[in-house]
Amino acid sequence: MNHAQKASAFIRDETRTDWHNRAVWHLRQKRDLGAGSVPEWEELRNLASAIKTHTLSNLDDYLTRFEEKAAANGVHVHWAATAEDHNRIVHGILTDHGVQKLVKSKSMLTEDCHLNPYLEARGIEVIDTDLGERIIQMRHEPPSHIVAPAIHIRKEEVGELFHKELGTDAGASDPKYLTEAARGHLREHFLSSTAALTGVNFAIAETGGVVVCTNEGNADMGVHLHGLQIHCMGIEKIIPRAADLGVFIRLLARSATGQPSTIYTSHYHRPKSGGAMHIVIVDNGRTEHLGRADFRNSLKCIRCGACMNTCPIYRRSGGYSYGHTVPGPIGSILTPGIDMKKFSDLPFASTLCGSCSDVCPVKIDIHEQLYKWRQVIAEAGHLPASKRWSMKVAGKVLARSGRYDFFGKMARMALRILPRFMVYNRFNPWGKARELPAAPKQSFKEWFKQQNQQP
Amino acid sequence: MSRNQILERIRQNKPAATPLPELPDFPRADLDPVSVFIQTVETGGGKTLPFSELEAWMAVEHPAARLIASNVPGIQGNVELDAVPTPTDLNPVDIAVIPSQLGIAESGAVWVTEADCVHRVLPFITQHLAVVLDRSNIVQNTQMAYNRIRVDETGFGVFIAGPSKTADIEQSLVIGAQGARSYTVFLR
Repeated sequence: MNHAQKASAFIRDETRTDWHNRAVWHLRQKRDLGAGSVPEWEELRNLASAIKTHTLSNLDDYLTRFEEKAAANGVHVHWAATAEDHNRIVHGILTDHGVQKLVKSKSMLTEDCHLNPYLEARGIEVIDTDLGERIIQMRHEPPSHIVAPAIHIRKEEVGELFHKELGTDAGASDPKYLTEAARGHLREHFLSSTAALTGVNFAIAETGGVVVCTNEGNADMGVHLHGLQIHCMGIEKIIPRAADLGVFIRLLARSATGQPSTIYTSHYHRPKSGGAMHIVIVDNGRTEHLGRADFRNSLKCIRCGACMNTCPIYRRSGGYSYGHTVPGPIGSILTPGIDMKKFSDLPFASTLCGSCSDVCPVKIDIHEQLYKWRQVIAEAGHLPASKRWSMKVAGKVLARSGRYDFFGKMARMALRILPRFMVYNRFNPWGKARELPAAPKQSFKEWFKQQNQQP
Repeated sequence: MSRNQILERIRQNKPAATPLPELPDFPRADLDPVSVFIQTVETGGGKTLPFSELEAWMAVEHPAARLIASNVPGIQGNVELDAVPTPTDLNPVDIAVIPSQLGIAESGAVWVTEADCVHRVLPFITQHLAVVLDRSNIVQNTQMAYNRIRVDETGFGVFIAGPSKTADIEQSLVIGAQGARSYTVFLR
């Protein structure tokens, strides 16, 4: 199923679609309040964008500096070219430490690498500890949003799930009650696991440390309770200086949820006494993406989710319609880089309204990249036949003024005189679930000519 | 193997060099950091009180608290932090009282290092968190804070900006997710 098909399945339940739209828009509104409270917001976006651009242009240098510093701090640094390498390295570390249960905080990277099933197949129990992630893990689902992974699930459904999994009262759906039950459940796992794994928000080249942002405190509950901590990061998480964090932290949570910062901004630099700290640096397609001049800017993403919260398509099609880990506008420009043929429909899942680019804290030209991907995909021959032919015909018509006038007249007449079934049928997607506007008698061109003739 | 392969591919594919920008920190003469801090902490679900009221707060707000771990001189706890054998033993702690050297007005956050909390997990695993902060150590924004601290001074440091919270169930804000249920900053 392509994006449009999955989206039309999603919107079949109208009440639920409206609810989803409102829940996601709520985040956008909070983002506006957060951004509006900072007079220097636009300057911060410019700085963040410039820092990231500079970093990408010196990425090899900063990565080796980071590695050197981290090693000097007593941290083991690993490099993984592929998802398989990453999974094998993590599994190797866990095996060396005899770990049977791993607690994890949110990481889109490990989701992308399918780490959980890899470890589970090798006998290691994996517990996701972010509440939203735990909910979808119990439902055997992937996240539908990068910041709010369970935003598509209603509280009654969580209530039912927890009744079955955690023994909460049947029919109970109060978020406070359910969160309290999860707190007790997760504490047990925190206490009984022997290792923790986190994603990484920022990695500081200057000091060799990694930064993780959470609201629940789940990353730290895991990391500090036992000896072994593992942090997995994409190569693009590097920033040059600790002071750069000031810019990114001011932008990140405000863009995501409107908060001035996440509740916890944790800086891990050295293993705890008697413990071990590992950092896995992952490529998995990123260096290839770096070589695409038109699209490399998307590597500046700090995963705030603002672009999906504002996107009129995402809000009404849900995260799953995108078919890959990172959904929404940013996902639609990252994912075709992984498999252009398979994900050739994603850059078309957009109105090109540009709202995503407007809210992006690091000023990625998201909607322009969506447009560029469309051209690349068309040139590579990955357009579906319907789009290919209609584009060809439209191109021919629009190229000649005489043809355009003629077909315009025909279309206006057709809309007026044709019976309904000739206009509203499966061959005309523009007539699906909506009424076409009434056709005017004359074209704008004719009208304009007339105006000029009148004294 | 992977390492050199990754670095080599970056060298081949990276864009032309661009400069690293200088960072202005946007001072605001019209804002009083202390009053902004107090307001932000409260908006974020926390509380601020004068340091002189710390002991009364413990007695009045948490009369049932059995285990109190303090790393603030003059505040008596009953958990010997240096003698705790493993971090998991801190699970029953009701109240942790820790010092902070720096607060941020715009986010209501305090900087807590490993030296401040002794055990890295303490500010998270405790049911209630009390932080002691000097009013004179509150800066206006996060950038100024990073200019004041050395993030790698100890092996672990964290900005804490409120009680643990989540909105993962239908966007309803719930205080007390996996970490501390409350956040109170005592100003002196």
